Amino acid sequence: MKQFKAKIIFNKKIALHHHVLAFRTPKGAKKVNPGQFFNVKVGGSYDPLLRRPFGAHKIAGSKIEILYKVVGKATKILSERKPDEMLDVLGPLGNGFDIKSLLSSGSSSVALIAGGHGVAPLYALAKNLKTFGLKISVFIGASSKKYVVCDGDFKKLGLKVHVATEDGSKGHKGLVTDLLKSGCSICACGPKPMLKAVAKLSGKYKTYCQVSMEEYLGCGTGICMGCAIKTCSGNKLVCKDGPVFNAKEIIW
Amino acid sequence: MVNKSKMKKLNVKIGKMVLRNPVTALSGTFGYAEEMKDFVDISRLGAIVTKSVTLNPRNGNPTPRIVETPSGMLNSIGLENKGLKDFIQNKIPFLEKLRTNVVVSIAGFSIQEFEKLTERLSEYNCVSAIELNLSCPNVIHGKKTTAKRLIAQDEVAVNKVVSRVRKKTKLTIITKLTPNVTDIKKIAKAAENAGSDAISLINTIFGISVDAYSRKANLANTVGGLSGPAIKPVALYFVHQAYQAVKIPIIGSGGIMSAEDAIEFMLCGATAVGLGTANFINPAVATNVIDGIMHYAKTNRIKNINNLIGRIITD
Repeated sequence: MKQFKAKIIFNKKIALHHHVLAFRTPKGAKKVNPGQFFNVKVGGSYDPLLRRPFGAHKIAGSKIEILYKVVGKATKILSERKPDEMLDVLGPLGNGFDIKSLLSSGSSSVALIAGGHGVAPLYALAKNLKTFGLKISVFIGASSKKYVVCDGDFKKLGLKVHVATEDGSKGHKGLVTDLLKSGCSICACGPKPMLKAVAKLSGKYKTYCQVSMEEYLGCGTGICMGCAIKTCSGNKLVCKDGPVFNAKEIIW
Repeated sequence: MVNKSKMKKLNVKIGKMVLRNPVTALSGTFGYAEEMKDFVDISRLGAIVTKSVTLNPRNGNPTPRIVETPSGMLNSIGLENKGLKDFIQNKIPFLEKLRTNVVVSIAGFSIQEFEKLTERLSEYNCVSAIELNLSCPNVIHGKKTTAKRLIAQDEVAVNKVVSRVRKKTKLTIITKLTPNVTDIKKIAKAAENAGSDAISLINTIFGISVDAYSRKANLANTVGGLSGPAIKPVALYFVHQAYQAVKIPIIGSGGIMSAEDAIEFMLCGATAVGLGTANFINPAVATNVIDGIMHYAKTNRIKNINNLIGRIITD
């Protein structure tokens, strides 16, 4: 079953606007791959009406953590939900990062590039990639220090973390793409302009690059067709064909 | 063994189709059924209506083409689909396996296209009915400057399309109508007089969503179609109006989320009901609504669900 009621294990604030919520997938549920997402009904009312998608941030067997930023009505309601309350969850949905292709891309090092809370699925990915002995470096970009989250978690995994902020309040002053060097494969998650810049760089360096795309989702299951993006092989749906795509396929 | 004499009669008739219960899934909210098979037992539904098929493939409108609004959502998908050829090759095989009525929604850009689509689709045994989508709010027919943008806003055009299609098929014809009109009675009658077996309403209501700070329209296309619980009272009004104008059955829809909503539509005159936006939020909603209707019939001693149609008490 892809639709289930999940008991909230914990739901806590980890930064000024960021929260982490944990729940368990039911027995017999499919294994969750980094980059896949859960579509969550945050409350019981008709407003907000639609579900909200959250990438798996930490995956420990059936225990899933999602990292979210409070940006509007729905995430505000989610942030107020208490442990032991039930959540209506659909998932895991979509296709996550393609680890096989990443491993066969030829590069022994990979750069994980996050814009803001784009770190969410990249943490799960980093943990997974570590088991394959790849050299992993993490790049986090944000507008300001207060929006840089999870850098400590990556460091605890023993990974080198590079930070860039637009206002210079932490790390390099400027864009995260300023920090990238040639030679490694890339997995990126963040706002579209950042992904576009990353894809352009990977084209320049001729390196393998996967991006987790962001679009408004109506249903998350591939039926409303709201989240279409243009690719070399016609329109694709972010929710069903993605959210992770080979950057080369996307027509920016 | 279930004692059949105690079972409540839930089946309803739409044209030549017998629906095992009044619950259908609406076009554009259930894919081509295959996408839904992991989420819901499709065979329990009275009928499913496919995403609209056009003669040629369409990419649809630019994104963002979905935006949430209070208790509703706007869409401007623009009839994205892979066209008739792909539908026949890749969608029909799954639809042939379904044990429920399959209604294929079609959208043409000329009367000839409607005719051609109908002729080709009528060749397939798994197709129980053709739904004429005369009311997609995101595709403009004729010149942008003309006031009547949708076929279903013009009773003469409705009559023309329906009567021409009528000559091409023996299958049940359902005409999908728009609420973006002044007098739904006239339009509904035009469909009936032209030989439509049923009408389905309402399609979405024109709407706009704007960001006060960026001053930008939230949809790339600016205008979209509003759906969801926000439109239910409007939809009930239109069904109630149409019911007074025509004798053919009405498939009522607009914001149905629960069995109670479905019953309300039947009381206003609907013979069957369509679930739309609700499928996006809960892909198994149809089974909940069907179970709820069964429970309602049992607890309210409704022997035959058809006895509810049009029985709203207004005095």
